[in-house]
Amino acid sequence: MKKNAPDLKHPAKYPTQYVAPLIIFIALAMLLGVGLTMNPKELPSALINKPAPDFTLHLLGDQSGNTFSPADYKGKRWILNVWASWCPSCRDEHPLFNHIAQNTDIPLVGLNYKDKPQDAIQWLAVRGNPYRKVPSDLNGDVGVDWGVYGAPETFVIDELGRIVYRHAGPITPQIVQSEIAPFFPEMQSLMGSN
Amino acid sequence: MALRVSKLLTDHTKTSLISIMLRKQLLVLLSSSLMAFAITLATQSPALAVVEVAEFKTPEEETRYKSLIAELRCPKCQNQNLLDSDAPIAADLRRKTRHLIEQGKSDQEVKTYMLERYGDFVLYKPRFTSATAVLWLGPFLLLAVVVFMLLGRIKKKQEDELLRPARADDEATRIKIRNLMSNAPSLASHPNAKNSDVVDALSDADNTNP
Repeated sequence: MKKNAPDLKHPAKYPTQYVAPLIIFIALAMLLGVGLTMNPKELPSALINKPAPDFTLHLLGDQSGNTFSPADYKGKRWILNVWASWCPSCRDEHPLFNHIAQNTDIPLVGLNYKDKPQDAIQWLAVRGNPYRKVPSDLNGDVGVDWGVYGAPETFVIDELGRIVYRHAGPITPQIVQSEIAPFFPEMQSLMGSN
Repeated sequence: MALRVSKLLTDHTKTSLISIMLRKQLLVLLSSSLMAFAITLATQSPALAVVEVAEFKTPEEETRYKSLIAELRCPKCQNQNLLDSDAPIAADLRRKTRHLIEQGKSDQEVKTYMLERYGDFVLYKPRFTSATAVLWLGPFLLLAVVVFMLLGRIKKKQEDELLRPARADDEATRIKIRNLMSNAPSLASHPNAKNSDVVDALSDADNTNP
C-alpha cells in the first residue's frame, strides 16, 4: 500500500495543474498566430479540375449577334479574365494582359462582368484590347456559374475544357511568372525576358 | 486514538451532504449552460427583411428561399449571409437561389450548386467532413474534459472534507492519508468498517505534528 504513496520529501517541482494551462496557452497562441497570417479572402476554388461551366454570351458591342462559348475553344489552352470598367484593380492588371497578347499566341478571353457596354467599349479603346473575344455578362449570371465573386478574376482552361487554375484579384508579374506561366511554355520565356 | 477514528467515521454523514451539495452545483452549472444554448437556438429566427422583393408561387417556396439565403454566406463580404448583404454578388446569388427554387430544385441541390462553385466557405453551417470534424466535435470534447476535471475536483474536495477532523492540516499528511483512502474505498461505503491503515496514518500524523 505504501508503494503508491507520493514521494513526500521530493514533491514534483512543477505540478501538472500549473504546467498544463501554460502549454495549452502556447499551443492556442501558435494556432491563432498561424491563422492571422492567412488571407481570409483567398477562397479555394471549388471548380479546379472540373469542367468549365458552359455558357453562350453575346460579344461586347457586336450588333450582328455573334456569340462566344467555351466550347469554341475546345482543344486549346486559354485564359479567361473577368473584368469590368468599374473595377479599379482591373486597370492595374490590364498592361500585363496587353503584354501577354502582344508577345504570345495564348487566346485571351475577357468576360465583361456586370458592366455597361458603352463604358466597357470606351475603357478598352483607351487602355487597349488584349482580348480575342469579349463576351458580355450583363447581369452576372455566368459569373455566378463560374464561382466568380468579384472582378478581376483569372482562369486557365485546358485543352479538355477543364478549369486548371483560378486567381481571384488582380494578377501581378510575380503571379504570372510563378503560377500562370507553368501552364504555358511560351509564357515562360516571355516573362523571363521581361 | 479510538475517539479520533469514531469522529472521522461519524463525519461520513457530513461528507455525503457536502457531496450532494457539490453535485447540485454541477447540475446547476450544466443545466444553465444548456438553457443558454436553447435560448440562443430559439432566438435565431429566420430573417424578416429582404433586400429586394422576391415573389413565389407558393408560400412554401418563399419560406425555403428565406431560410436558404439566411444560411448561405456572401463570398465577397466574409461575414454576412446573402440575406443581410447588399453587395452586388449577394444580390446575384439571391437571384440564382430564387431561379433554382423556381426550377424545382431541392434545398440540398441549391446548396450543392453553391458549394461546387464557392466551396465550403459559402455554407454558414459547414458540412461534416474530416476537415471540419474538429469544428463540430471540439466543443463536446471540451465539455467532456471540463466535466471530467470538475468531478475529479469534487472527489478531491470530498476527501479533504473527510480528513479535516483528523487535523491533518499540513499538506504532506493530507496527501498521504488521501492516498491511503484511495486504496481503501470500502471506508466510504461501510462507515463501521475498521480500517487499520487509516488509524496508522492518523498516528503517523500525530507523530509528524506534535
